[in-house]
Amino acid sequence: MTNEPEILFGIYCPPHPHPLLSPDANEGYAKLRAGFDECRRRIEESEADLILVYSTTWPSIIGHQIQALENAVWTHVDDDFHYLGSMPYEFKIDTEFAHAFKEANEKRGLESRTVEYEGFPIDTGSVVALSLLNPENRIPSCIVSSNMYANRSETIVLGKAVRDTLATQGKKAVIVVVASLSNRMFTEHIDPADDRIHSRKDDDWNQKILEFFADGRLEDLSQLSRDIHGQIRVQKVVAYKPAWFMAASMGQHNNYDGEVLAYEALNGSGGAVITLTPSSGSVGDKEFDEDDVEYYQGDRNVLDKGMLE
Amino acid sequence: MTKGQIVAGCLAPHPPHLVYAANPPQNEAYSEGGWETLRWGYNRLARKLKDIDYDAIVIFTPHWQTYIGTHFLGLPQFKSKSVDPVFPNLFRFNYDLKVDVELSELMHDAAAEAGIITKMMRNPDFRVDYGTITSCHLLNPEWDKPIVTISSNRNTHYYSPEVMVEQASALGRACAKAIQESGKRVVLVASHSLSHRHFVEEAPLPEDMSREHIYNHSQYVWDMKIIEMMREGKSREVIDIMPEFTEQTIAETEGGGLIWMLAAMGFPNFPAEIYGYQSVIGTGNVVACWDPNDETREYVL
Repeated sequence: MTNEPEILFGIYCPPHPHPLLSPDANEGYAKLRAGFDECRRRIEESEADLILVYSTTWPSIIGHQIQALENAVWTHVDDDFHYLGSMPYEFKIDTEFAHAFKEANEKRGLESRTVEYEGFPIDTGSVVALSLLNPENRIPSCIVSSNMYANRSETIVLGKAVRDTLATQGKKAVIVVVASLSNRMFTEHIDPADDRIHSRKDDDWNQKILEFFADGRLEDLSQLSRDIHGQIRVQKVVAYKPAWFMAASMGQHNNYDGEVLAYEALNGSGGAVITLTPSSGSVGDKEFDEDDVEYYQGDRNVLDKGMLE
Repeated sequence: MTKGQIVAGCLAPHPPHLVYAANPPQNEAYSEGGWETLRWGYNRLARKLKDIDYDAIVIFTPHWQTYIGTHFLGLPQFKSKSVDPVFPNLFRFNYDLKVDVELSELMHDAAAEAGIITKMMRNPDFRVDYGTITSCHLLNPEWDKPIVTISSNRNTHYYSPEVMVEQASALGRACAKAIQESGKRVVLVASHSLSHRHFVEEAPLPEDMSREHIYNHSQYVWDMKIIEMMREGKSREVIDIMPEFTEQTIAETEGGGLIWMLAAMGFPNFPAEIYGYQSVIGTGNVVACWDPNDETREYVL
């Protein structure tokens, strides 16, 4: 066993339930569903021991929470799209990984905890992803939250803790990041036939992000995260973190084969199913504008610095 | 038919810690207490509500977050278990509640007529959010009144706090009109904290009150300013200053609940009854009530 984890490939996929509940309502939803189905097939043909999901629709406050209930069973209903139907699920969770991941987080200075409660509300994004990517629970999975206060340093360190855990356990993993590209939805109910990306600007930025993904430039996307957040993300949280997590957990470089399987609108937001597979090639000049954090040292206490002694 | 009326408006924060601390039989977690200032305030307000004749509770919650319009509960009963996604160690509450669907539909229709995007929620598997359950349990532990939950349309995030003031005010006016037409006597509840910055670590014993304090002094000063204005009956001014308050303190007023409630009550110029203020994991929380009846309105604290 080496100290480097074996990440088989990564998947970036959207959180909204249309590809699961109403794939035939719109040609685009069907294409997204086909993208999910292709990813499912690839996972089944891989030698993955674990599917790890980082979901932007599971916000946490007390550090990062990790799902650890061995058999997570419930029927989920989305807050907005409840009329599309219910989402019964039963997920087989890798509890050994979950607990070791928590410990790895703590070793790197992060607050973290596992959740092991019957009826815990697994979020829409995780339910959609695991229902479509691993419908028969062939491979154990785990889910980690997105801390609403976390910024770059915590998210980068979180990704590195994933690598620590996988390396220690010698597990081959597929990393799944659940997030929209542009996330502004229409604020009116629309006919699915009329669905489109909310604005030209959102579409332009999404296309640029897809170019980077297709070229395998994950680290470059990670470095662009703050620009992406400012340009095409509704300011619900402090930062756009999915690329940070994906890069830190898969490897902070541009050596990937990227493939955009689908890109379509989901009630106005940008939904894409993308795969990134580690390779030997590299594209683009990397720009490391910010620190490559190894250990989280806590908040900087900026407010305290200005206090009179 | 007699005109319906709003008989009270309550600002009722929903940290699940308060239910956890009270150890009701519905909650699976067990505590040694905690947050008594808020819980005792809630107890007193609950006793006051017992003496008020009303038909239903209408609650606006920021934990049913909808981006496509405002949604209303639309089935007569919901029975399930609510597990807080952030504090599942504290809150795993088995609920069985009744909904006043007739009133819910009236408010939905009135809002739609006013140009607000709306949706009735009729999926029987839908899990009612923990904000609704916490506030309603603490105001009415017997659960002997039907409720209506209204979702929080995320205007603050999508547009700005100023847009939220306009949208939530319009919704409040529409709901007030529907309540009048219903002939029912209704208690309104805005379920949220004031300042809303949390600590990101939790004490080993969550109810260890030696660890509890407001996140920082700035949050406290803002909270006190808002409460002072409530005491003085300056509800219109509270709304005027709310965009700045929300931005400065990451306040949970961003969800629109207090705006909605005060607008429905016509921005009352009588003093709010203050029942208690305390921090919960760093956030600022006040239990308050606007009683439109001059004869029963009290000076509580």
